Amino acid sequence: MITRRAFIGSVACAAPLLAAAGRAAPAARVPGADGEGVEARYYEKLPHRKIRCTLCPRSCVIDDLERGYCGVRENRGGTYYSLVYGRPCSLHVDPIEKKPLFHFLPSSRALSLGTAGCNVFCKFCQNWEISQTRPEQLESMEISPGQMADLARKEGCPVIACTYNEPVVFAEYMHDIALMARRQGIRSVMISNGYIRKEPMLDLCRVLSAVKIDLKAFSERFYRDLVAGELRPVLDTLVLLRQEQIWFEIVYLVIPGENDSQAELTSLCRWIASELGVEVPVHFTRFYPQYRMTNLPPTPVKTLQGARKIALEAGLHFVYTGNLPGDEGENTFCPACHALLIRRLGYTIVENRIKSSLCPECKARIPGVWT
Amino acid sequence: MNRRQFLHTGSLMGLGTCLLHGSGQRPESNGTGKARVVLARTAVDLRKPDLQGLGGALDRGLEALLGLPARQAWSSLFSPRDVVGLKVNCLAGRGISTNPVLADLVVDRLLEIGLKPEQIIIWDRLNADLKRGGYAIATGPDRVRCFGNDVAGYSRRLYESGSVCSRLSNLVAGMCTALINLPVLKDHGIVGLSAAMKNYFGAIDNPNKYHDHCGDPYVADLCRIPLLRDKTRLTICDAITAQYEGGPPYMPQWCWPLQRLLLATDMVAMDSVAWGIVEDQRRQAGMPSLRDAGREPSYIQSAARTGLGIADPEQIEIVQV
Repeated sequence: MITRRAFIGSVACAAPLLAAAGRAAPAARVPGADGEGVEARYYEKLPHRKIRCTLCPRSCVIDDLERGYCGVRENRGGTYYSLVYGRPCSLHVDPIEKKPLFHFLPSSRALSLGTAGCNVFCKFCQNWEISQTRPEQLESMEISPGQMADLARKEGCPVIACTYNEPVVFAEYMHDIALMARRQGIRSVMISNGYIRKEPMLDLCRVLSAVKIDLKAFSERFYRDLVAGELRPVLDTLVLLRQEQIWFEIVYLVIPGENDSQAELTSLCRWIASELGVEVPVHFTRFYPQYRMTNLPPTPVKTLQGARKIALEAGLHFVYTGNLPGDEGENTFCPACHALLIRRLGYTIVENRIKSSLCPECKARIPGVWT
Repeated sequence: MNRRQFLHTGSLMGLGTCLLHGSGQRPESNGTGKARVVLARTAVDLRKPDLQGLGGALDRGLEALLGLPARQAWSSLFSPRDVVGLKVNCLAGRGISTNPVLADLVVDRLLEIGLKPEQIIIWDRLNADLKRGGYAIATGPDRVRCFGNDVAGYSRRLYESGSVCSRLSNLVAGMCTALINLPVLKDHGIVGLSAAMKNYFGAIDNPNKYHDHCGDPYVADLCRIPLLRDKTRLTICDAITAQYEGGPPYMPQWCWPLQRLLLATDMVAMDSVAWGIVEDQRRQAGMPSLRDAGREPSYIQSAARTGLGIADPEQIEIVQV
């Protein structure tokens, strides 16, 4: 299995990819160190050159020359700057299944990018080398939104995925990439923790085609102790996505002893069914020891399969297991006639029988973005 | 005189009336078991620092702290084999940064006890910070070097300590065998106080993660990392100018000329005294206490509880010279 982290480690592949683009070049400058940055869009000016960030629920109040919790947005003299606009540090072509988005243009290639920074501090982060790092501590590239769209087209990618770290922290860049990409018929997706305020999320919904939300648990305790965040705003984001009718899927990383109780999973699935609808795909993925949680074992297979069973019993139609290649839970089944619709092996589509968004057996409509 | 008595004697404007001169005893031999914090008076023209006056304060202060003649005192802390890092604080620009003249004086003292120039490194988070503070970046061989963590880089290893999980500056993790902490004394809009312990937020890659809950217990947990704790042999706080509100950026309307150097080997004790000084000045200015302002630096107590140092005012001996 290729883990997400290992895949990011292969980002060196991005160098030839960039060379092919012909316009992008490695950055020699150090973001944040010498007056670089693009003015942020989501903040309020306060007295004495302070600002309040209005991008995520943390609402950091930031003094002059200080940064927000994310580490990539800086107050300079009362003006707030993004230090990662146009500065990806990770760039690669991934299958869309790796995000994972299972009901969105199956088997398509997604030009995937990430920057430094994150607005939470998960103890189990898979990508902490970039997400928990400031931009000046990473080598980055200079790629404008227009260049990113051009690059996607040249690489034959119908999708651009903002992923790897937390894209909320580069919301302006993501927005402008999506805007430029759309003009070339390329769709953009956001792979996020959902810890974002309403206004920026609404702005993003206008230009994005799909969103994947990492719902890390269904308890405030977990979010407080292991994420340094809050559950409620993430649930609010999910409801907002539903209201805005943008395609979205949910990933739930199942961590042994932390968020895998039957009670919690049952509550989670009932909430999804009642507040978001039964058609939202939910992926229960396997935890591997990472970062500050190396003391735990990988999630037992039976726990993942048990979580899937709970979700199906709660009435959810599309429930998957992740990081379990070969498991039945990788496949898509028709909720009406139970016919196998998409057979997967890891990130590979072995067979896709969906035609015109319909089950070939019973003609039930299968929700998603298929073309 | 302990910190509580010190504060009860009245305003710091009246410091001259409550002097307790250095006893000439080493703190560990005075039989009290108390931590010692020295306040060395220095009448410095802020526009044109007086090298001799500041140097005199530095020497008097160290003598009072360790109970030894200055040169001997420096030799008791550092060996000619050490590589010594001087962690200055330059975030806020020249208005309230560690004075380069003070750093130069410390360098002189280290040279006098046998260190070579290349064994001394003045550092902070970023080259840009150092430049803002009035320092010239120097990375060449055979000279005193001065550069930021953006040049030094960070350890590959993660250092975990309680709530903290960070990479350390390579200056702390590898290059330096000893550290002199050279903070400033100022208010901090989130954690309440920026003095000795808080200065080490500049030694890690992710300080932005540690400002919640007034930095408690993050500041304390950071300073408990053995490498930082054990390498830090001396803290000299530049309080020639101090700031009691509006920090960490420089806000001249809330600065005052304290005209002191604070010296200690116990960072917790120094912060405890520094906190008292800021509170005293806030009271005089008619401002609420840091607790009432919602940013009590409770990390100081947390540091004491974990054994990093002494925060109890009754257990801190304040010596003024």
